[in-house]
Amino acid sequence: MKQFQYLRPATQQAVLDVINKPGTKIIAGGTNLVDLMKRGVATPDKLVDINHLPLKNITITKTGLHIGALALNSVVSENDLVAKKQPLLAMALKAGASPQLRNMATVGGNMMQRTRCGYFYDTTMPCNKRVPGSGCGAYEGVNRMHAIFGGSEQCIAVHPSDMCVSLAALDAEVIIAGKKGERRLPFTEFHRLPGDHPEMDNQLTAGELIIGVEIPDNNFSKNSYYLKVRDRQSYAFALVSVAAALDIENGIIQHARLAMGGVAHKPWRLFDAERSLIGKPASEDNFKQAAQLAMQGAKGYGYNSFKLKLGPATIAEALKHAAGLV
Amino acid sequence: MEKVINLNMPSSSDGMSRIDGRLKVTGAAKYSAEYTVEGLTYGVLVGSTITNGTITSMDTKAAEHAPGVLAVVTHLNAPKVPGFQPDPSKPAPKKGPLKIFDDNKIVYNGQPIALVIADTYERALYGASLVKAQYNKEPHQTSLQESIGKGYPPHGDGLYKRGTEDAWKLAPFKVEQEYIVSTNTHNPMELHAIIARWDADDKLTVWDKTQGVKATQNDVARLFKIPVHNVQVNSKFVGGAFGSALRTWPHEVAAIVGAKVVKRPVKLVLSRADMFTSVGYRPYTWQKIAIGATADGKLTGITHEAYGQTSAYENFTEGTVRVSLNTYACPNVNTKYNLVSLNVGTPTWMRGPGEATGAFALESALDELSYDLKLDPIELRLRNYAEVDPESGKPYSSKFLNEAYQMGADHIGWKERKQEPGAVKKDGWFVGYGMGGGMFGAYRDGATVKATMMTDGRLILQTAVSDIGPGTGTAMVLIAAEKMGIPADKITFENGESDLPDAPMQGGSGTTSSVGSAVHDACAELKQKFQKLIGNGDTDNPDYVQVLKQHNLPLLEVTTKSNGGDERKNYSMNSWSVHFVRVLVNAATGVVKIDKVASVADSGHIVSPKTARSQVVGGAIGGIGMALMEESIIDHRYGRYINNNFADYHVPVNADIPQIDALFVNKPDPYINPMGAKGMAEIALIGMAAAVANAVYNASGKRVRELPITPDKVMA
Repeated sequence: MKQFQYLRPATQQAVLDVINKPGTKIIAGGTNLVDLMKRGVATPDKLVDINHLPLKNITITKTGLHIGALALNSVVSENDLVAKKQPLLAMALKAGASPQLRNMATVGGNMMQRTRCGYFYDTTMPCNKRVPGSGCGAYEGVNRMHAIFGGSEQCIAVHPSDMCVSLAALDAEVIIAGKKGERRLPFTEFHRLPGDHPEMDNQLTAGELIIGVEIPDNNFSKNSYYLKVRDRQSYAFALVSVAAALDIENGIIQHARLAMGGVAHKPWRLFDAERSLIGKPASEDNFKQAAQLAMQGAKGYGYNSFKLKLGPATIAEALKHAAGLV
Repeated sequence: MEKVINLNMPSSSDGMSRIDGRLKVTGAAKYSAEYTVEGLTYGVLVGSTITNGTITSMDTKAAEHAPGVLAVVTHLNAPKVPGFQPDPSKPAPKKGPLKIFDDNKIVYNGQPIALVIADTYERALYGASLVKAQYNKEPHQTSLQESIGKGYPPHGDGLYKRGTEDAWKLAPFKVEQEYIVSTNTHNPMELHAIIARWDADDKLTVWDKTQGVKATQNDVARLFKIPVHNVQVNSKFVGGAFGSALRTWPHEVAAIVGAKVVKRPVKLVLSRADMFTSVGYRPYTWQKIAIGATADGKLTGITHEAYGQTSAYENFTEGTVRVSLNTYACPNVNTKYNLVSLNVGTPTWMRGPGEATGAFALESALDELSYDLKLDPIELRLRNYAEVDPESGKPYSSKFLNEAYQMGADHIGWKERKQEPGAVKKDGWFVGYGMGGGMFGAYRDGATVKATMMTDGRLILQTAVSDIGPGTGTAMVLIAAEKMGIPADKITFENGESDLPDAPMQGGSGTTSSVGSAVHDACAELKQKFQKLIGNGDTDNPDYVQVLKQHNLPLLEVTTKSNGGDERKNYSMNSWSVHFVRVLVNAATGVVKIDKVASVADSGHIVSPKTARSQVVGGAIGGIGMALMEESIIDHRYGRYINNNFADYHVPVNADIPQIDALFVNKPDPYINPMGAKGMAEIALIGMAAAVANAVYNASGKRVRELPITPDKVMA
């Protein structure tokens, strides 16, 4: 591991004063960053520890639920307000990583974690995300875990988070602090697609700090489900995961939210499929139709082509669970 | 009132607890990497980044100048290992173990090319990141599938025949299928580690993870041409090995060489990634098996072919096709065993070695046949039950496999199984049952034990054998307690040091039989010595302390070698297992959940119920890993492993494992050894993967013939 300087500025303002310098990285739980540093993938000169900042609160606001960026994944997943108002988030969190990791990982850190693509982690392999212009090892390689939506020839890596899939589905907003003040970004716009710049995972610019997320109030708490299909029952990344949330009145879907994990460089929101469900009865047939619609534009790369079939099956299954049909 | 233990199905609280359990769970047990040695330095290996070719130059300057770095050992500067040098009096062998740092040849990706030694581990690790090599790359091959045409027999023509060749073809019912077992890496919790210290130019002490301190001692003495008694090997505790520590590996040589270079002790702990390229693995194996049967389910012929991968520099062979020779009564069997030489490290025995691989094919194919015959899979096996060894014609020393079938079937609720696949669905999950059997030779090697009775009533047992976790020490104490008629807590078991009396490696499920016999015989001899002293051969259990005091003796000791007699010539000795599994298969996503397991062992008398149970549970979990998730994946374009870590190489976690019930026939083998006990480490795993695959088929109608059975394969 490359030697680095460790900084612990006392206040949020002091943090903002130092993080815009090149070679500087923020560390919170460190569950991903430390691995990246050990493998020589991340080689920061300075680490800025923010764990002491007062960004851990989970509070009710006028319009929704605010979760501080430093709230631990384990704490959020067990929080009463979250369980009551946004159970989908709790389910997604509990499907992620392992209890030990969730005890360290923060909400902001979860958003900032990088892909687990094996080619990204092995510094002897080509990877445009790690070394722009070096090629994509996965494109014609062992891409079983890789994207079927929104990939480019440059990169077909997926974002590994479960939590983010639920936050994308729930129309959350990201609250970002910078030198010029705060800004808010829809969660679905926070992460980006690889395009020609796979080295950029998200819209956070140098000198900015995630301070929290806010989830607007909704009527989904009765009919939410997070279904994660994986190679083992815990501590495995998603082959495909689906966050499904339905607002059902008298058997008719009023609102629907759907997002997928394990299929794209970002949490993949399924807007068309959602719209197709509105005004329809919550039935298996309608869920299957929506699932087929959701797969438009999906592309397999060989090892991961099974996701073209697993994807819609998982969407329909998640919707059935959300609607209480299972 | 004394608790009665149900040896047919001990619970986790039945029997004596592991004698070293408390040491292990409190962290007091010291593993090889944990010894404090004065002047210790730390080594980190650098692996090649090409898969075949030569090193043309190395840049080690930056590493050498990095803080705390003491040396960078490469082929350019390493002192020659005497045992690596060709013997001019003999023809040079074509193949042999990897000679680390001996030349510039690269034959697999990750092959160690340098050892960086520094005053701290962190500095060595940083130094290692600075070592750069230039290579002349040559084409490589790491895919068995692509090179199967280059297969070759390791011995003779690799062919075997009993009766008529390909007799299956003439049968009215037949199955012919191909099966693939993927590469599995042992991945014990404890990383392989060694501390090497030269005490003089020809005198060496190592603290090393090994399954045989004596074997390591001999290997090291031979390699460095020093007297065997000048090499002290210590391996007091081993945190799992499953076969990976059954031989001396290049990293052990590297640490010893490194200690010579820096003239200080060197500690070398492999990284988890190193574990994939340094200490063997279960080799990727392609098999084709064909079975013929009569309409009433009598086997008429088995043809079994296997191609296993090996390295470019060594042949590694295992008993993959042997299962077809001797598991069932079948008049005609022919087999073919070939190796495929690839640019990979050499494989090694992994729990249940070749038999586990072979049994996946044989037990899956039999299951397929049972559906064709519309016959219960247990009934099919009973109709082909071998009453004598089909290969040698010898009687079995003991075999109660038919009872094991019954016990397991009753326990899992086999009568709930429907012969029609996909017939039972509950809450979106298919429910299915499967079974698979295992067989492994029951061995007994010579072993020596020293038994010493002290005046405080303590009995000390000493032998060099390793205890890699099955509960060897616990079993030895129980054998001695029974023989001597003293409480177990008065007995100490000392092992894992090369200056202790000779014992075989811990492998091949042989330790309880081999070393247990020596404990038994040593205790018998010691007791006799006491009885002689008091002149009363009839006193069954003398008051040992009293006798020592009366005769003014500080202790009484014996060193006894136990070999066994001619019984092996007259009998075929084996352990058997049968695994029953109930699975749930998600109809939509293909996810497989193991719902219930009953593993039955017919392995003679159970010496230590609690640790035997643990061993069967552990074997079942290993088998579930092999069946559902374990796979070391190489990107063949580069020849490199791409999942060489615990996040991506999946071993089962608690959430994957239901209640596993271990059942024992628990009938002693009258011939094998004084305890009537036979091995169970291998059979606890052999047959398990097929049981899972067979249950998946019964549940869903999906036959998966390539392990692991991941959701994508089930839903395909």
